[in-house]
Amino acid sequence: MSQTADPKAAREHARAQGGTRVEAMPILPPVADDLPAGVTPPDLVWEETISPGGYASRRLSRGTRLRLIDTSGDACASLNIFNAEMPPERLNVADTVKVQWNAYLGTGKLLLSDMGRVLMSIIADDAETHDTFCGTSNAATNAAKYGEGRNSGAYPNGRDRLILGAAKHGLTRRDVHPCVNLFKGTRIEADGTITPVVGPFAPGRSVILRAEMDVVVVIANCPHVRDPRPEWNSAPLRATTWRGPVTAEDDPVRNAAPEGLRAFLNVEDYYRR
Amino acid sequence: MTDDPALSGLSGSIIHDVIVPARAPWLHHVAAGQTLRIVDVEGNQAVDFLIYAAADDAERYSAQDTVAVQGNLFLKTGTVLLSNEGRPMMTIAASAVEYHDTIGGACSCESNTLRYGHHTKAQHACVDNFLEANLTEGRGKRDIVSNINFFMNVPVEEDGTLGIVDGISAPGLTVDLRAEMDVIVVVSNCPQINNPCNAFNPTPVRMIVAA
Repeated sequence: MSQTADPKAAREHARAQGGTRVEAMPILPPVADDLPAGVTPPDLVWEETISPGGYASRRLSRGTRLRLIDTSGDACASLNIFNAEMPPERLNVADTVKVQWNAYLGTGKLLLSDMGRVLMSIIADDAETHDTFCGTSNAATNAAKYGEGRNSGAYPNGRDRLILGAAKHGLTRRDVHPCVNLFKGTRIEADGTITPVVGPFAPGRSVILRAEMDVVVVIANCPHVRDPRPEWNSAPLRATTWRGPVTAEDDPVRNAAPEGLRAFLNVEDYYRR
Repeated sequence: MTDDPALSGLSGSIIHDVIVPARAPWLHHVAAGQTLRIVDVEGNQAVDFLIYAAADDAERYSAQDTVAVQGNLFLKTGTVLLSNEGRPMMTIAASAVEYHDTIGGACSCESNTLRYGHHTKAQHACVDNFLEANLTEGRGKRDIVSNINFFMNVPVEEDGTLGIVDGISAPGLTVDLRAEMDVIVVVSNCPQINNPCNAFNPTPVRMIVAA
């Protein structure tokens, strides 16, 4: 006799699964035993480990800190970021590198919108191998490299993961724009050649971003599109967020460069209501 | 007309030939197999360039896919301009300029406030051209993605420093783009006057379509 032959038995079968713990899952309510000094458990907002090849999307309030940890050294966090209350405003990778006169992300760098505002800033980074150039994989690149790249297959691609994450906030294919990649990097040679710097790396590298506006962040965790390895390699990506203060006028990241300061002034102007 | 050096080397008949005024937008449908030639009439005029698939304009040019697949930031003769779904949209069939940019994006009123100061907010900008042209076909702000800048020079240094620097084009130089699918081309003839992308002097460009 099957365990699921009638509704009551099926209900018991389903309910028996509750409480199962796996590595890649959200923890509700959030628990984290490795919060930075000064952050207390009641400040926790979100604790989730995103699976290899997985994705997540989440609305974050202004001031919230988002910590990403490449727990085993082979994750790649591809990010799209939207203004939560006006999603046509979103991460603009070209403006991000052009306005800051530099393409390499790291501590103190800003992620800028197409409206001259800073969506998120990088306030801590011990990885320093990131990428603003290559974007993420799509169905065609994964098909060419791994044989297939469907959401429903074994080797999902980054673009389709970003689309699903964005779609859960009402967005569509049109809204998935160029992204930045954290943990997997590139370096540019003098002749323009793109050299991937994709590890795998030491376990536990982390990046902390600060939401400078109310944002929706969409994260895909798929292999870097220029990963030279013939096998599809991905690893869990841990996301932890906690509440924090809105950036103060004397904040060193806010005041580090005149272009960035004007991006913060534009944010402060936007919220002057 | 046959002596016009701007038509040199184009095969087939000329089905469209217009001057885009300085600072203006331009939108044109180019069918698969046709060639679009852009003429930098007076030299060092940045031509901000987007491509949409005519059959489904949610598929559009992707700077990141294009550079990732070719493994190089610079757009040159032979570069295949890929869509966000990895399909060839146009190919750079010929270029009289060594390379073109696709990482610098388009100027906007808003980014001008960051780069130069709030006194530049009222100046005309490429994003406004992209919006004006796209809105005529029902596309809007969310449809404006990272673009190509023909005739614009953005080197990247070893430490990641990059910037728009003096151009490497010259009067009369051209780039030829062969359409690999039916596409909608949207152009902003860049009005920027605060950096050297237009040699501080926006000028007309010429668009020629051969079929």
